[in-house]
Amino acid sequence: MRHNFRTWPLLLILSLVSLPLIIMYVFQVVDSFTAPKPGSLIPGAVTFENFRFLWETPDPGRSSIWQVTFNTFVFATSVAVIITSISMTAAYALSRLNFPARGFFLGGLIVLHGFPTVTLIIAIFLILQFLGLYDSLFGVILVKSALELPFGIWIMKGFYDTVPWEIEMAGVQDGASRFTVWRRLVLPQVQPGLSALFVLAFLLGWSEFVLPLVLAPGSDAQVLSTYLAALIADDSKLDFSLYKAVGMFYALPVIFIYLVFQKKLMNIYGGGTKG
Amino acid sequence: MQLQLKNFTKRFGDLTVIENLDLTVNSGEMIALLGPSGCGKSTTLFAICGIHRMDEGELLFGDREVSDLPSQKRNVGVVFQNYALYPHMSVFENIAFPLTIKKQSASDIERQVNEIAELVYIGELLKRRPAELSGGQQQRVALARALVRKPDFLLLDEPLANLDAKLRLEMRSEIRRIQQETGIAAILVTHDQVEAMSMCDRIALMDAGKIVQFDQPSVLYTDPANKFVASFLGNPPISFIDPIVDSGALMLPGGLSIAIPENISAQSKVQLGIRPESFGPQFGTGLPGKVCFVEMQGREELFDVLLADGSLVRSIQPAGSGINVGAQIDWGVAADNVLMFDQNGARL
Repeated sequence: MRHNFRTWPLLLILSLVSLPLIIMYVFQVVDSFTAPKPGSLIPGAVTFENFRFLWETPDPGRSSIWQVTFNTFVFATSVAVIITSISMTAAYALSRLNFPARGFFLGGLIVLHGFPTVTLIIAIFLILQFLGLYDSLFGVILVKSALELPFGIWIMKGFYDTVPWEIEMAGVQDGASRFTVWRRLVLPQVQPGLSALFVLAFLLGWSEFVLPLVLAPGSDAQVLSTYLAALIADDSKLDFSLYKAVGMFYALPVIFIYLVFQKKLMNIYGGGTKG
Repeated sequence: MQLQLKNFTKRFGDLTVIENLDLTVNSGEMIALLGPSGCGKSTTLFAICGIHRMDEGELLFGDREVSDLPSQKRNVGVVFQNYALYPHMSVFENIAFPLTIKKQSASDIERQVNEIAELVYIGELLKRRPAELSGGQQQRVALARALVRKPDFLLLDEPLANLDAKLRLEMRSEIRRIQQETGIAAILVTHDQVEAMSMCDRIALMDAGKIVQFDQPSVLYTDPANKFVASFLGNPPISFIDPIVDSGALMLPGGLSIAIPENISAQSKVQLGIRPESFGPQFGTGLPGKVCFVEMQGREELFDVLLADGSLVRSIQPAGSGINVGAQIDWGVAADNVLMFDQNGARL
């Protein structure tokens, strides 16, 4: 393919900027499969010893990796389900229904979307404490979903806005109620957005660290990110290779999901425009 | 069934778009709401189907008052300008949708969909998706969907605007045929006078939220109520000249004089409307001028003739006259067909 600009400077700049990242990823993979050699960049012998956490619990005080993975999965899935189901109704209302204070809610959405949520952490802590949901997975799920909702609603509103009005008017003329029109005529049009949002929300939940760390520090509700943090926090016996192996294990689903769903995820960044 | 719209008023915020509009559509009849953009024709249509609320007035379907009924309970079929087919459903599912909402049995639905698909000639397309259809086929599906539940009225909002010229011609007669076969009273919203004149029994010509004239197409053409109607209808359009009123006659530039009919009192200012087919060599002489533009239209030629006083008159003639731009001509006017208007544009 011919271009109307020279490609090599572009490639060079992009490569240079990406190089540190690539090096980090390479060593992440290499180190997790080899025995460490202190003071050398050349890796030692190949070993699966670093992945022993998969079949044995590293030390008595720690939960099994499978329990933690299950927690993470439940956490991410619940967050994805809650965000998608609330976004798909709330965004429709904001996009199409004329109700009092619509402008206020829309404005609030934009403000919350850009709001640094960590500043709310103490208030959230107190509320969870009061409700008895502190140190439970359920509590963190609620908080994470609530904090990510503005983003989800905003994305879905973008998708709803692209559905032609005439389709809804035609549905109403055909005798369908507004709810039926939404469920049977409009929802199928925004389905690509919904599935992309679901995947993205799952990934957001999967990678969440601060909320579980602060709001569910106990071992029952531990997720992979806090498990990983606990590994490195324990400085009595530092094992960087173990840490990297767990990191690999933690990152694999993310890479897998991106590989499988990348086209769907691109939808979101297109803001729902058809391509 | 007869449709009656009485004293219809519609406001958007402080802006009154339509004030006290009356409209009656007789059963089985097809009428056009014709007018320039922004004249309120679509607003009227949307009020009839229930998408817009009426601010004042009442709407009757037969004896039934429907002004406050939601769209779902009005039983009107609407064809939208962009057809508004449901893209994720097959043609069959699109047409069946109004019936599935009514929870009819599957066999009933299938029979009715097939019936209506035969009527609009899309029997072999039922399995396709809307995206796999041409514009004309989508149009037929939209018609079928609007008609399948046997509506009291069929409303068509600029149904031909998105079609190319040839298809438009075809769908014009198709829509009319389908309307007449089903016998459902229809309202066509359009800004295209040819569509309105060729498809409809009567035309309601609208301007600035009012119906200016509501009559048969031929009446609107030959006997327009005012200058707006005369200038809106007719293609190529009518030309206007300002004659000098002199002792009971109208003096045209170049010497031709037309007697003022007796029932019209001599006014200081009168405008004459001359349609292109009423001006030409076959009507004698008396209106000389210079040909400043010739447009070849195939079967006919359209001439723009510049008169001595600077006004422009159009003439349409059979092709092959051999007259070119710049030629000096002296043609006549069919005095009986000339339309007279007073200075406010009202017909004299």
